[in-house]
Amino acid sequence: MDFRSSDTITGPRSEDVLPTTATAAVKVVIVGGFGVGKTTMVGSVSEIRPLTTEETMTQAGVGVDDNAGVETKTATTVAMDFGRISLSEELILYLFGTPGQERFWFLWNGLFEGALGAVVLIDTRRLEVSFDVIGRLEERGVPFVVAVNTFPDAPHHPVEALRRALDLPDEVPMIDCDARLRASSRDVLMTLMRYLHSLAVPLA
Amino acid sequence: MITGDLDDSERSALDLVTMVVAQAEPSPTFQPEQAAILRLCQAPLSVAEISAYLSLPFSVVTSLLSDLLATELIESRAPIVRATLPDRSLLEAVMHGLQKL
Ligand SMILES: Nc1nc2c(ncn2[C@@H]2O[C@H](COP(=O)(O)OP(=O)(O)OP(=O)(O)O)[C@@H](O)[C@H]2O)c(=O)[nH]1
Ligand SMILES: [Mg+2]
Repeated sequence: MDFRSSDTITGPRSEDVLPTTATAAVKVVIVGGFGVGKTTMVGSVSEIRPLTTEETMTQAGVGVDDNAGVETKTATTVAMDFGRISLSEELILYLFGTPGQERFWFLWNGLFEGALGAVVLIDTRRLEVSFDVIGRLEERGVPFVVAVNTFPDAPHHPVEALRRALDLPDEVPMIDCDARLRASSRDVLMTLMRYLHSLAVPLA
Repeated sequence: MITGDLDDSERSALDLVTMVVAQAEPSPTFQPEQAAILRLCQAPLSVAEISAYLSLPFSVVTSLLSDLLATELIESRAPIVRATLPDRSLLEAVMHGLQKL
């Protein structure tokens, strides 16, 4: 592995350095098809410039020519961007804009298992790309809300029609948003937290 | 209110948002990757951020961190994960923080 000498590594900017009390982290994942605005949403609410973590996936394939049994290995680098919000001196929220293809999700250990919940971003021009991600979340038991990203040329459908089209249960919250706006993205996260709160039991 | 201490069996499973803090100053005796991690983690930092700043894959970073944990050069704090019965006070703390954004 090629490694840059450690003096050339730039760490966080001084204003991004966390206080020593910041030891409790939670995460939320933002999922959705290709180009629905995941990176935009991470960037609009993050207090740091969004960062990228990579993982490599090696796939073994068998050559198609006559060299029977010769294995070719291809390495694919998958990138995932993320941002951060300091909620208090102790508690930090990380937001991950997951790769559009769900088959890459397992590359990061515990990406979904440990998340508080997920935001499914949808583009009404291409609803079909949302079915798979919603199915995967349901399979994994990850609670989620659906945020409808409002692109200017996208047809506007009433939320209830979208709910039927996506075959979503009544209790799953749906909200319109503009992922470019911090306040709008923040409202989406609030909607998720309120929903999680409604699913939680009060402490005895 | 917030707890996240781990026992040894859980330590090996580093999450993207496990928080890491150095317990030593970097010195020339360390491998460059280890020294870079110790330098970055003088203040708390998540595994995801370490991976981003070092431009190293997540799996490479977790294996470097496991070595540093084994020799107690760093300390780690596991994230608060979604529990079977989620904790309302935690969610209230998250909402309170978001309101200030
Ligand atoms: N009008 C409008 N444009 C948006 C909105 N959100 C994202 N965009 C634009 O849509 C394009 C795609 O957004 P990205 O945030 O890169 O989408 P993504 O989901 O991260 O895309 P991939 O990672 O490639 O799957 C960009 O050009 C954004 O500027 C929105 O709410 N409104
Ligand atoms: Mg993106």
